[in-house]
Amino acid sequence: MPLSDETPVLQLRGITKTFGSVEALSDVDLEVRRGEVMALVGDNGAGKSTLIKTISGIHSADSGEILFEGNQVSISGPKDAGRLGIEVVYQDLALCDNLDVVQNMFLGREAHSPVQVLKEPVMEQRTAETLKSLAVTTIRSIRQPVATLSGGQRQSVAVARAVMWNSKLVILDEPTAALGVAQTEQVLALVRRLGEQGLSVILISHNLHDIFAVADRISVLRLGRNAGLYDRRATTQQEVVHAITAGAPTKVSGIPMEAPS
Amino acid sequence: MTTDSAPAFDIAPPEESLGTRVWENLKGGNLGSLPVAVGLTLIVILFAFTAQNFFTAVNFNNIIVQMAGTTMLAFGVVFVLLLGEIDLSIAFLSGIVGVVCAELQKPDSGHFLPGVLPIVAALAIGVLIGAFQGSFVAIIGVPSFVVTLAGLLAWQGFVQRTLGAGGPIIIENRWVNYTASYFFSKNAGWLIWLLLSLAYVGSAVFSVVNKRRHGVAIRYPYFVAAKAIGLPAIAALVVAICNHDRGLPLAGLIIIFFLLFWTYVAKRTTFGRHVYAVGGNAEAARRAGISVPRIRIFVFMISGFMAGVGGIILAGNLRSVGPDQGGGTLLLDAISAAVIGGTSLFGGRGEVRAAVLGSAVIATIANGLFILGYQPGTIFIITGCILLFAVTLDTIARRRQAKTGR
Repeated sequence: MPLSDETPVLQLRGITKTFGSVEALSDVDLEVRRGEVMALVGDNGAGKSTLIKTISGIHSADSGEILFEGNQVSISGPKDAGRLGIEVVYQDLALCDNLDVVQNMFLGREAHSPVQVLKEPVMEQRTAETLKSLAVTTIRSIRQPVATLSGGQRQSVAVARAVMWNSKLVILDEPTAALGVAQTEQVLALVRRLGEQGLSVILISHNLHDIFAVADRISVLRLGRNAGLYDRRATTQQEVVHAITAGAPTKVSGIPMEAPS
Repeated sequence: MTTDSAPAFDIAPPEESLGTRVWENLKGGNLGSLPVAVGLTLIVILFAFTAQNFFTAVNFNNIIVQMAGTTMLAFGVVFVLLLGEIDLSIAFLSGIVGVVCAELQKPDSGHFLPGVLPIVAALAIGVLIGAFQGSFVAIIGVPSFVVTLAGLLAWQGFVQRTLGAGGPIIIENRWVNYTASYFFSKNAGWLIWLLLSLAYVGSAVFSVVNKRRHGVAIRYPYFVAAKAIGLPAIAALVVAICNHDRGLPLAGLIIIFFLLFWTYVAKRTTFGRHVYAVGGNAEAARRAGISVPRIRIFVFMISGFMAGVGGIILAGNLRSVGPDQGGGTLLLDAISAAVIGGTSLFGGRGEVRAAVLGSAVIATIANGLFILGYQPGTIFIITGCILLFAVTLDTIARRRQAKTGR
């Protein structure tokens, strides 16, 4: 179901980024298809964060091109990314603990009248609908402060916020890093539902168990270069670990991979 | 916790009563206005039994006029604290606004302005100074403590230089003096009560209708109804007490006006929402596309403006401005008021009404102890103890909140 012949939602070609004399990314390719969960893995310093910062417009690449839905784009800030339909859920969540769920969902994009007066009922209704569509049902009241939620619930709110704005590509940075077993399961189920709803997801994680539970394909970075692209159903954790730790940097991501039947 | 038939997030479950909710809030460290409301009631009861002439209509009006200036400054402090910043310059900033206003109303000075113009011009200067200080904090990133400490010194020097040689300036502008000395007639008092009550009940009904239209649950309908009846009833009691003496003081109406206005700004506008967001998690606010520097500068402008309003009322109270304008305990009273009222020093938590509740506590203690014949030293010691208690409560509440959060 997720692998189709359509134009990929996102294509990165030959992305290179240097900081001073350090080459953080070198000729990196990445492709994400519609409704696909693409895992991005690699050791610390492999360039995962730099790559997502390039996609979300926080850094601009030194060279290489970004195609979004087949069109070449330049993303020079989070606002540009948002306009294209790219949303990032950061590792440290970026929620305001003192605000409630509705307030966080609409933070910075509140529904308001021409004189900046908030339209609370509109926002509350839309929040309830969004959470319902993602089957996030463990939150007792959407008017409770985010501080009172569990880690998994908070992550669910952060993800729901990202998908509420007609986004096409959601980037999740270590969404399960700080969670317990049950809460991790809750978030992974949510990630799976995003793919089922036709959204594309880039999932960054250190946890191969999580990745093998939800990802369609796995892209490995090592020392700022592509070090392998795997179809989840045609590979093993061992193979991926080998690519992360010792795999020779090879440029493979441009070659389309077929899922075995 | 939740059933699978009904999505549990859109309505508060019926078994959760208001009482449970309040209790959970308290457990979660969200104390709100409860401690200060209880404290104020106890203080009033204590003095009513011990201090003669405390529990009278005359003294009620006196306390309102005495607390008005501090309350204005405290409104600004609430916004600054919501951001997690501090403004130490407000007291002498209020002094400057008072001095500028006094200069501009001097009949023979060559820069005489008639009517309310001296007030408007002086307030504009307060806003400008606030913007100036706020820019250092917001754009360059200098800690607000240092910027406003520099302001405290500089504006104090400015007041002393202006008034050092000439002595106090007498204020003859009646609008300035009215802010502290005008009392509405009994009928005017009731008319104001009627208009405000109708507006309040009207907005409550509108809000309920609007929620219904969007299919959003109305939480605690009995609480909403109790508030819509209770608050006008309390207001009626206040007007009745005031009318038993000289009538409703203009200073009291100014307090109510800014209480309603700033509460609306804080709770019902995007700006207010963003102030809470920046105070709660500035990085999250930035990533959500909120211009954090813009919010910070606006808040320091509010602080400058409200310090100015307070300065005008304090000048009107004395009918003059002297070299010590804005000095004494004004700064500490204003910040203490906001904190005692329940505003967190850590940013992001607090209500505008904290300014009024906290100022009422401070003014009532000072007034009651003064009637009992205590020296100012004793008053400071007791106010200090209450402040320490309030901050301790806030810190414990914050720790509890962090604990329940994970």
